[in-house]
Amino acid sequence: MHVFADPTNFDAFLSGFLWILKLTGASAVFALLLGVLLAAMRVSPVPVLRGFGAAWVNIFRNTPLTLVVFFCYFGLFSTLGLSLAEDLDLNNYWLGVIGLSVYTAAFVCEAIRSGINTVPAGQAEAARAIGLTFAQTLRIVVLPQAARSVVAPLGSILIALCKNATIVGTIGLMESSNVMKDLINSNGDAVIPIFLVFAGTFAAFLIPTGYLFGWLANRLAVKR
Amino acid sequence: MRIKRVAAVAAVAALSLAMTACGGDSGSESGSSGAKGIVGKAESQKKLVIGVKADQPGLGLQTGSQYEGFDVEIAKIIAKGLGVDAGNIEWKTTVSSNREPFIQQGTVDLVVATYTINDERKQKVNFAGPYYIAGQDLLVKADSTLAGPEGLDGKTVCSVTGSTPAKRIQSDYPKAHLQQFDSYSKCLPQLENGKVDAVTTDDIILAGYAAQSQYAGKFKVVGKPFSTEPYGIGLKKDDKAGCEKINEILKAAAADGSYKAAWDNTLGKSGKAAPELDTTKLTNCS
Repeated sequence: MHVFADPTNFDAFLSGFLWILKLTGASAVFALLLGVLLAAMRVSPVPVLRGFGAAWVNIFRNTPLTLVVFFCYFGLFSTLGLSLAEDLDLNNYWLGVIGLSVYTAAFVCEAIRSGINTVPAGQAEAARAIGLTFAQTLRIVVLPQAARSVVAPLGSILIALCKNATIVGTIGLMESSNVMKDLINSNGDAVIPIFLVFAGTFAAFLIPTGYLFGWLANRLAVKR
Repeated sequence: MRIKRVAAVAAVAALSLAMTACGGDSGSESGSSGAKGIVGKAESQKKLVIGVKADQPGLGLQTGSQYEGFDVEIAKIIAKGLGVDAGNIEWKTTVSSNREPFIQQGTVDLVVATYTINDERKQKVNFAGPYYIAGQDLLVKADSTLAGPEGLDGKTVCSVTGSTPAKRIQSDYPKAHLQQFDSYSKCLPQLENGKVDAVTTDDIILAGYAAQSQYAGKFKVVGKPFSTEPYGIGLKKDDKAGCEKINEILKAAAADGSYKAAWDNTLGKSGKAAPELDTTKLTNCS
């Protein structure tokens, strides 16, 4: 524990986890919006949109996240010149958010699509029968019911996203896994305590998150 | 009282005799089998695990299963001095951030990987050498006007996460933006793209990169070193005997020309003349 008694090390530890929380927060919002949009595309009557949604899911769900994040730096920023902030850390942060969002959106899309499948077909048919358009049917009738049945899987995706956020360290953001590497580098005799503290901090965030989503899923489930 | 005291003295004397006898035994045992230290390991097992870099042209570069470069040649000289054939060396790739853990945990016996001797590291590992004295410098585009570290304010400089050069930039030039990757080879394309203004590490490493065929003529080393980086050979903290032995081997290598040959076959190809190995600067191994 002597490692964390040093205030510089402790501050680095805190800022590392702060980056993880910021990455998780922003990516969760974007991934949810994007995921819902993709799910809507995948069930839409327009073939082009269906194809686009399917391609997105198949590409990003089957590409290692490391490569996606790496491409965001080396492809989007370095080669194509997409610069998102003057500050270097902030730029890497937003590049990381892009990578995490497009990757996680694929999983959110599939979760929501499975939720849509739990809504009885009669609901959509009834909605169409009273003259609602496709968009209205989806927005007013189908998605609200679908969302309530996918709370638990979305919780799992959020937990995975939080852990996946450590990947952004590969493009130089000093998030928790980079801080951990740095601390181990200068304290090779305390590898196990350092590891346990970082792993434990993640568990302390994520175990309650899991319970919260379990509880929410029970409360919100559509009783059929 | 008196009798008791005599008995006590006799008991202590007997015990200490027994202890010294034991101590003498175990002492001579560890002397011959040498369970501790690299000298003993090289003697009994005839092999060594040596950590080298795998991505530093001219110093430690892995091509296929082969490692080549100046560090690798130095490692071979040391192994030979310890009685281990080059073929019995198990090479292990190290990066800047795992050298101390590798030594402390016994993953490798020695590290010869552009390893700067400094006080912080000396608390964790022991150093033999230095076998070369480098200096931190900047690699910039050939047409860059950046003349030294003072010009880095507001510029982006690339280095390796947790390395000495990265930490020096953070502490001495806080106005420079520091982009960190896990290896220098990722910095080079960024320099070519203009996404970073400079790459920083030791001059000798930068020269190795700049001389690579795909970057020939594109980059230049600024040539104003702003640190002294004595490259040492890392080994376990308590292995004083091993450290002293390595220093002896280095002295011999400087005298018999094998040090110069190691340079000429690797970094010498860049046109830089072989440095003189100053054996008066070798560490005292304590």
